[in-house]
Amino acid sequence: MPGSEAAPSPAAAIRVVPVRHYGQWVATALVLLVAGLIAVSLLTNPRYQWDLVFSYVFNAQILAGLATTMWLTVIAMVLGVVIGVVMALARESSNVVVSTAASAYVAFFRGTPLLVQLIFWFNLAALYPVVSIGIPFGPTLFTESTNVLITPFLAAVLGLGLNEGAYMSEIVRAGLQSVDSGQTDAAHALGMKKSQTFRRIVLPQAMRVIIPPTGNETISMLKTTSLVSVIAIPELLWQAQAIYSRTYQVVPLLITVSLWYLLLTTVLSIGQYYLERHVTRGDSRRTDRTLLGMIARGIVPRHAPVAPAGETSTERTSP
Amino acid sequence: MTIESAPVLVEARGVHKAYGSNLVVRGIDMTVRTGEVMCLLGPSGSGKSTFLRCINHLEKIDAGTISVAGELVGYRRQGDRLHELRDAEIASRRSDIGMVFQSFNLFPHMTVLENLVEAPIRVRRESPTSARARARELLDAVGLAEKADAYPRSLSGGQQQRVAIARALAMRPKLMLFDEPTSALDPELVGEVLDVMRGLADDGMTMIVVTHEIGFAREVADTVTFMDEGVVVESGPPTQVLRAPQHERTRSFLAKVL
Ligand SMILES: Nc1ncnc2c1ncn2[C@@H]1O[C@H](COP(=O)(O)OP(=O)(O)O)[C@@H](O)[C@H]1O
Ligand SMILES: [Mg+2]
Repeated sequence: MPGSEAAPSPAAAIRVVPVRHYGQWVATALVLLVAGLIAVSLLTNPRYQWDLVFSYVFNAQILAGLATTMWLTVIAMVLGVVIGVVMALARESSNVVVSTAASAYVAFFRGTPLLVQLIFWFNLAALYPVVSIGIPFGPTLFTESTNVLITPFLAAVLGLGLNEGAYMSEIVRAGLQSVDSGQTDAAHALGMKKSQTFRRIVLPQAMRVIIPPTGNETISMLKTTSLVSVIAIPELLWQAQAIYSRTYQVVPLLITVSLWYLLLTTVLSIGQYYLERHVTRGDSRRTDRTLLGMIARGIVPRHAPVAPAGETSTERTSP
Repeated sequence: MTIESAPVLVEARGVHKAYGSNLVVRGIDMTVRTGEVMCLLGPSGSGKSTFLRCINHLEKIDAGTISVAGELVGYRRQGDRLHELRDAEIASRRSDIGMVFQSFNLFPHMTVLENLVEAPIRVRRESPTSARARARELLDAVGLAEKADAYPRSLSGGQQQRVAIARALAMRPKLMLFDEPTSALDPELVGEVLDVMRGLADDGMTMIVVTHEIGFAREVADTVTFMDEGVVVESGPPTQVLRAPQHERTRSFLAKVL
């Protein structure tokens, strides 16, 4: 024991006594106490209805919702990345009109709540009842009702993707700006064209900066898709709500859904960990992140939580 | 063959360059002949880097002309007008002019060998096999054969700069531009880079070297040009400009650096 008298052995005559952190002992005890209380409550409170929770995990409706959630995440992220790259390049443009338009885009989509944007897209028909394609001030070639064109799914994809594009453009821009201008100079001096310089020299270096936050965005997006339940997209949360509005098993179903989100974010976090390790290999600026730390980051929400919107499902305006 | 009778490689006439209202290069005339080594001296901020970057069109010039091997680097002359060339044409003309930077600017995401073969393969369309073979020869010549598969960040500054020189040489340039190639190096690493440059000069490479290494200029240069405030103050053989400068500005500069 560090506090006891040292035995007078010559080798151990001088001992190093580390500073004792009593605060840490107290914190550890508190954490263990709270964890124990939670565990006891989870196991003994019958209202968790764990049998129901697990009976719904592979429920067909829940699995269908899960598939929709994953699809939405993929499509919204792809759209977001594409828009992000275009907007990042537009913001760097020497054409003032183009760069101002891109800045306005980012300001608008980052400055309004995503939930509002989603409901807005859903109700676009109230603003533009019909969509026409034609020559300006000339003949019309094509007309269709907005409600037919903008299906709820498209409204969801537009809402999530356009919003994500604004965040991604900032990420891409930071990535491009992180590459020293000497790199472009060197590539140009070697006779490389602008496009070659961008593809071969600037982009690969920018990727090291772009990929980690893009992983975070993807994890975030997975959870954010639950917002589109308010416009009746049958994703994971909406399916759970559909079931519990019949059966009133609200808590077990929310737990089932949470378990699925937790599993997916964990899988994504692990993937992100290995991807980051890959892109920063041999890099002195390499982040020494632990796998567990990455998973924890994936689980902590970025967007502010939104009240469950089961009963407040928005009415669709008809033109 | 003496330098005075060799064909002209670089010809600058009335070159002007401003950043906004800041006139940085104010009318430079300069002739560099094939095989000539010119050292460009001058106080910090006198426009040396800017002028060097104008030679390979990394900077656009506002007035005057610069031609390399008889071709304007960034422009095409039509009557009395200069039209800026398209990106691909500028790139193709630049590929004959090597440039070495103060901060090395190696590509950090590529190995040393990949740094050397990138432009020969992508720009010159050389076969990867022959590009790699030549890259290994060049690495051998700068004494870094065993570093072919290393990443730049694992090399010392002196080694990185030697790789940067080899990378420029891989394009078989007609002209090499050096912008203070040893200024970012620890003093004990300066020598190895200057040795490579001296070897290059002995092989007959045409070089324009911005440097503060007066010893190198005295030994290696055919011509020393002293610049101040965007103009050439005086130019001539090192014995003249370094030993018996004609202008007060040159004398006070040399007094500071020597
Ligand atoms: N990209 C730039 N934009 C604005 N001013 C610049 C730029 N590059 C250089 N300058 C200015 O031009 C002047 C000459 O710079 P430079 O050519 O780097 O001088 P030197 O290489 O002789 O030290 C300096 O006053 C510097 O501030
Ligand atoms: Mg300089």
